[in-house]
Amino acid sequence: MGWVSVASPVEIERPESAEETFVVPEPDVPWVTLVHNDPVNLMSYVTYVFQAYFGYSKDKAHKLMLDVHQKGRAVVSSGSREEMERDVQAMHGYGLWATLTQDRN
Amino acid sequence: MAGHFEATPGGGASVALDEVEVAILRSLAVQLLELIGPGAEPAEGEDPLAALFAEGPSEPPSDPALARLFPEAYGDEDKELREASAEFRRFTENDLRTRKREDALAVVRSLDALAPVPDDGAVLSLAADECRHWLGSLNDLRLTIGTRLEVSDEDEGQDGSLYRLPDSDPRKPMVMAYLWLGALQETLIETLMPD
Repeated sequence: MGWVSVASPVEIERPESAEETFVVPEPDVPWVTLVHNDPVNLMSYVTYVFQAYFGYSKDKAHKLMLDVHQKGRAVVSSGSREEMERDVQAMHGYGLWATLTQDRN
Repeated sequence: MAGHFEATPGGGASVALDEVEVAILRSLAVQLLELIGPGAEPAEGEDPLAALFAEGPSEPPSDPALARLFPEAYGDEDKELREASAEFRRFTENDLRTRKREDALAVVRSLDALAPVPDDGAVLSLAADECRHWLGSLNDLRLTIGTRLEVSDEDEGQDGSLYRLPDSDPRKPMVMAYLWLGALQETLIETLMPD
């Protein structure tokens, strides 16, 4: 069994993800969608939007809504810039105050 | 129960409305349509395809209510972010205005389908897709009125200042409408909430 090497299967799988890094610039710096607190939107509505649009569970949606409400804003999704632009546009469609930013943390 | 949406089979909802409530909702939806504007429909004789590819505005609206309905996607903290927001706006604001206009139009249409409303009121029944238009438009109306009233976090809840305005306050009718729309929206959400 001495010939079993952990490295070889990993190396076999490597090329795929290595290829992706050529396609996507700055793969390690994702973008995020932030939803900001506002005094008008109902808490139940914000929870509803997180469930309906992102497909989050009731618990996760509720927790994110509380983060928005209590901390002033919350990261609700992350991904490529294009994906986050799509999410922000959808949030604006629902009337939520959302922005996208590059997550440098 | 009057003023409260209840779930109906098939994912719809219904609410009992009296004549005055129907008139107020319709008037508010029409005012929202006027605020959002006519959008990018081609003028007579203009190429409809050209309108389809027409770019939207790059500046945020100067009206505070419209600025709230169409926010800056990248924020506005510095020049770079304002430029990114402007570019995003050029390619998305027309679609966003179209969506909000369609939501408000759906509200007007379903109210008009009720007419004439008898003295003892009528029951408005919405199909599932109409519910989503209504939910969007009720929220847009509350954002618009809330911005006009300069609602803040301190106004929230039963103890909030909005609930304690004296009858003589000129904002009182608008506040009553704002709170009523909130109750309508809250009960509509309850009927739509996925478990």
